[in-house]
Amino acid sequence: MSDNPEFVQIRHAQKSFGKLEVLKDISLNVARGQIVAIIGPSGSGKSTLLRAINDLDPLTGGEVWLDGTQVNKSLPHRQYEKHINAMRQDIGMVFQHFNLFPHLTARENVTMAPKLLKGLSDREADALAEEQLDKVGMLERIDYYPSQLSGGQKQRVAIARALAMKPKLMLFDEATSALDPELVDEVNQVMKKLAEEHITMIIVTHEMDFAAAVCDRVLFMDQGVVVEEGPPWVIFRNPKKERTRAFLRKHLENAP
Amino acid sequence: MDTDLMLRVYPFFLEAALVTIQLSVLTALLGLTMGALGAAARLSRFGVLRFIGAAYVSVFRGTPALIQLFILYFGGPQVGIQLEAFEAGVIGLGVNVGAYMTETIRGAIISIDKGQREAARTLGLSQFQGFYKVTLPQAARLMVRPLGVNLNMLIKSTALVAAISVVELTYTAQRYIGSTYKPFEMFLLAGILYIIIIYTTGRAVAWLDRRVQIT
Ligand SMILES: Nc1ncnc2c1ncn2[C@@H]1O[C@H](COP(=O)(O)OP(=O)(O)O)[C@@H](O)[C@H]1O
Ligand SMILES: [Mg+2]
Repeated sequence: MSDNPEFVQIRHAQKSFGKLEVLKDISLNVARGQIVAIIGPSGSGKSTLLRAINDLDPLTGGEVWLDGTQVNKSLPHRQYEKHINAMRQDIGMVFQHFNLFPHLTARENVTMAPKLLKGLSDREADALAEEQLDKVGMLERIDYYPSQLSGGQKQRVAIARALAMKPKLMLFDEATSALDPELVDEVNQVMKKLAEEHITMIIVTHEMDFAAAVCDRVLFMDQGVVVEEGPPWVIFRNPKKERTRAFLRKHLENAP
Repeated sequence: MDTDLMLRVYPFFLEAALVTIQLSVLTALLGLTMGALGAAARLSRFGVLRFIGAAYVSVFRGTPALIQLFILYFGGPQVGIQLEAFEAGVIGLGVNVGAYMTETIRGAIISIDKGQREAARTLGLSQFQGFYKVTLPQAARLMVRPLGVNLNMLIKSTALVAAISVVELTYTAQRYIGSTYKPFEMFLLAGILYIIIIYTTGRAVAWLDRRVQIT
């Protein structure tokens, strides 16, 4: 499974918004097929780190590599745009608030980028939409608009939209945080399914049970640094750092 | 009220109303073009273009349209711009309403959630692709109503070109007052025709607005 232990590499990531230093020298390797959870208090820099990976929030220092290519290479503007657009096709992202395109149906949300960027014909695109929407259990709603879907359904379509580009890496930024509690599970089920397919994933979450059940590794972040990392049974059952314990006491039923 | 007189002269007013409609259509087209260019400039990543866009809006919204028309039509020849009254009317009003439309179009575009743009970029779309596939189709739907307001204003402002003697509705009313001494009837007739034009346009905009809404 981990034929490439440095499939995703973050090297000395540093990010400041003006004077505010949000990421302080973060390094992280993710192997191909690995599933990593990032947990930590609000404002600790989890989203910023995730958004640095596909350069939505460009780092102020450090490097991001995916499958042997540097994502945030320094290139002249035009060349960089070309490069980053190509890289982003390989990095799927799922947002807390879904960000589905409201003017497009579920089908069109899924097919728009593959048609535009990979030149799929209408037929190929339809087949792709059916395949991906079936995978997330949304085939019956293929021609619905986002406004006609529940939050959980929207998020599942958003996952299908990201998967349709056949990304090498999937990023999830609190994919279930905006959902009503009874809708969380249907999205978690989909993410579990992806985990079983060994899609490389980095998942920012505040759902400790889900992280424990699905992820190979857990990172605890606080104030812009990775305080502690390890397999879930260590982080959740036997953390070494007091900050991790304090955080878990607030978020776990039976905290260590 | 002299309704006989009104019935006698109204065919001439109808002709004048056609000129008003022509003026309105051409002005609206020029205004939309200027508005699109102005919005593009105001949203550009180049500071110079943003400045030009902002200056355009400030100048043309910050001075009376009538003064702009006078400068173009009466002042133009002094600097080598020789225009027919009708041309000056279209250009003057079009550039003027374009400044308002710039703000309408820009407002609709910036009101689209930045998560939409981010989702598009995340899939690998370029900035331009994201704009015309994601932002613009949503913004265009939001623009219909406020552009309709600009259009309403524009149609009424065509009355200003009477001041540079374009033979449209208002000018025609004034001319008939000169010969009939019946300002009430003549302005009333013009007013009725204006409201027919404006009401019809308003209905068309409302229809279009309903048509383009997302289910
Ligand atoms: N675009 C931005 N401009 C300024 N500050 C920001 C921006 N985005 C995030 N921050 C700040 O960076 C810190 C980390 O934010 P974030 O990565 O969203 O944390 P988390 O996802 O862990 O809650 C917070 O203090 C937040 O206010
Ligand atoms: Mg966050």
